[in-house]
Amino acid sequence: MIINSRFFNRSELIGFVALAALLFVILPLSLDVFRLNLVAKYLTYAFVGIGLVLCWGYGGILSLGQGVFFGLGGYCMAMFLKLEASSPENTKIQSTPGIPDFMDWNQITSLPLFWQPFHSLTLTILAIILVPGLFALIIGTAMFKRRVGGTYFAIITQAVAAILTILIVGQQGYTGGINGMTDLRTLKGWDIRPDHAKVMLYFFEVFLLFGCILLAQFIRLTKLGRILVAMREQEDRVRFSGYSVANFKIFAFCMAAIFAAIGGAMFALNVGFMSPSFVGIVPSIEMVIYTAVGGRMSIFGAVWGSLLVNFAKTGLSESFPQLWLFGLGGLFIAVVLAFPNGLSGIWADHVQPRIDRLMTWRKPKPAKAWTDSSVADGAPAE
Amino acid sequence: MSDEIKRGLQSPLRRKLLMGAAALPAMALLPRLAFGAGPPTAAVNTTGLAVTDTEVTVGILHSATGTMAISETGSIQAEKLAIEQINAMGGVLGRKIKVIQEDGASDWPTFAEKAKKLLVNDKVASIMGCWTSASRKAVLPVMEQYNGMLYYPTFYEGLEQSKNVIYTGQEATQQILAGIDWITKEKNAKSFYFIGSDYIWPRTSNKIARKHIENFLKLKVVGEEYFPLGHTQFNSVINKLKLTKPDVIFTDVVGGSNVAFYKQLKAAGIDLAKQTLLTISVTEDEIDGIGGENIAGAYACMKYFQSLKNENNEKFVAAFKKMWGDKTVIGDVTQAAYLGPWLWKATVEKAGSFDVDKVAAASPGIEFKGAPEGYVRIHENHHLWSKTRVGKAKLDGQFDMVFETADLIQPDPFPKGYQ
Repeated sequence: MIINSRFFNRSELIGFVALAALLFVILPLSLDVFRLNLVAKYLTYAFVGIGLVLCWGYGGILSLGQGVFFGLGGYCMAMFLKLEASSPENTKIQSTPGIPDFMDWNQITSLPLFWQPFHSLTLTILAIILVPGLFALIIGTAMFKRRVGGTYFAIITQAVAAILTILIVGQQGYTGGINGMTDLRTLKGWDIRPDHAKVMLYFFEVFLLFGCILLAQFIRLTKLGRILVAMREQEDRVRFSGYSVANFKIFAFCMAAIFAAIGGAMFALNVGFMSPSFVGIVPSIEMVIYTAVGGRMSIFGAVWGSLLVNFAKTGLSESFPQLWLFGLGGLFIAVVLAFPNGLSGIWADHVQPRIDRLMTWRKPKPAKAWTDSSVADGAPAE
Repeated sequence: MSDEIKRGLQSPLRRKLLMGAAALPAMALLPRLAFGAGPPTAAVNTTGLAVTDTEVTVGILHSATGTMAISETGSIQAEKLAIEQINAMGGVLGRKIKVIQEDGASDWPTFAEKAKKLLVNDKVASIMGCWTSASRKAVLPVMEQYNGMLYYPTFYEGLEQSKNVIYTGQEATQQILAGIDWITKEKNAKSFYFIGSDYIWPRTSNKIARKHIENFLKLKVVGEEYFPLGHTQFNSVINKLKLTKPDVIFTDVVGGSNVAFYKQLKAAGIDLAKQTLLTISVTEDEIDGIGGENIAGAYACMKYFQSLKNENNEKFVAAFKKMWGDKTVIGDVTQAAYLGPWLWKATVEKAGSFDVDKVAAASPGIEFKGAPEGYVRIHENHHLWSKTRVGKAKLDGQFDMVFETADLIQPDPFPKGYQ
């Protein structure tokens, strides 16, 4: 049985169906709109997580600056929404009506040139993909062509995150500064704030998320995906075999950036808000933590990780407003100490072998399948 | 047994007694204090808020964790004190106030999320909360969309007015103008140098100060510098201060940066006994971190100091220390936060209803004579009439009040000629 000949193997198919059932059926039916909107917020980090699985889990490139791309995508979306919310009627109290309120507070009297494209939704959607993509291309080319990798690359991505935060905070007339862009209201005249809009946005986001999952899975299964893994394990051998390692790394990094940007754009839509607090070093590291908790080798793991950590965050902070950060910190330490491969590692080590055994008992398989499962039986975690 | 231990024992015991008292039928002996004696719920709550015959729920939304926790803790304490005192007096419309506290975690979107949770899930009748401008800006659309009532305690930049917010701190013109006038006269100042943190409040405050100094007083601003939040290297600006020798250094640096700024100022040999410095961002809370010896001699301009000598304030300070310990200090914002629950109570009682629309409409004209800062009144624009005071920092971290405006100053969030 050759596993790679199918798009999903059996365990991945179970994972896919379980996730689809959870996101399309169970959560929408069991949660009220307020909680569903929170789930939509959590899932925006899952986009980042999927990108990190590709670039960190498979490609071995740890980026501690995904917040940069999340932020760029989010700001592009927020700029479009902010312009729409700043119509001359809505802003007639200002000294210059028709420009966003924070510009007016900073004595800017006309819309800056780089804001102009964001009058158009088409250009905005292009910008959400292209701006972070190009930015990642530039960083990636500058770094990987010079064979900067590993820890140094991680540090540089941190620096980029810090620089972008300072830039956004410092240029508050153009970006809204530390307050960010608030009070986003409509998308092409469609109010994004009422409950029914939140539900629509949730389903739209889940569709996009599954699109990204399928795309990531596709990349994983092509030769490209296998080269990424090979690169992670033995970079020099891949290079000596005649592959351009840098180009593959740049590709993985750009894909991760674009996924993160889509997440950021969905964040701005769902939360109605964008601020530099999603761009900097701390949120970038948090996004890596979600992926680590979910399991950096598993695309579905990234989604589960984002969901569970954020549920824990909300739940703990509601119950213990003074102490919740300690609880959350303890949770991370416990997960990393006990299950270094994250949730998907727990699943692969403990749950999957049992399911396999059940399946094989019911349906006798050819001898090869038996040896497969006996290998799993011998795994240390059993 | 030391005093501290005694108080530690007394305080929770007293709270327990109070809470027990609320439930005990023995309270029937004192009918005025019994909860549930107010008007029927259907009459005072027509919009489905969390109000029962005996209880009304309000939210407290501040940062209990993160970088802002150090500033916001005082507000949480003041609000809890006010609510406990109100409950001890029989609550609001015969109902005991129940508090749901949420943590904004110094993170603006979290503030918005928690505000929404309080309004949508918990149906709170009002929220005491927010601190930074950024958190208020994040929460404001939520308050307006779900029609909540927010009591916001911090002095802030103005340029805002909402049916759904009562601003219990001062807006920028109220806080700044009288202070600048006084220091100009007192010190015969001709030139000013502005140093601030880089966000909307210092920038707007400095804009107002600059217009006032240049257009009305016809004096000079010789420099204006901004630093990112959390910045700790002020040597370059201190060198510029030495070169330009301004008569007055006017600062609105916030948070932890203050500690570095005043220590470096002292280390560079700028003696605040000789060099006049007027700050609008350092309260007793900040001095706790800066150290009184590093800032003694500086002037601060705001509406409240812990050292104010009046009967209300003495009672307030005593009650605050009894509840939260002897070492706590009370700054301007803490006092403003204390006003929130009292103003809300008075408004609800005037409106005869917890409904947000009625409370918002009844707010203008509400007075609170028991305010520690002295008499306050809500203006039509939902800000407070208040006095402006200037204090001089002492070695022990307290301020000596050296100036106070004769009358209450009218709040003017959209000042003409200053924009």
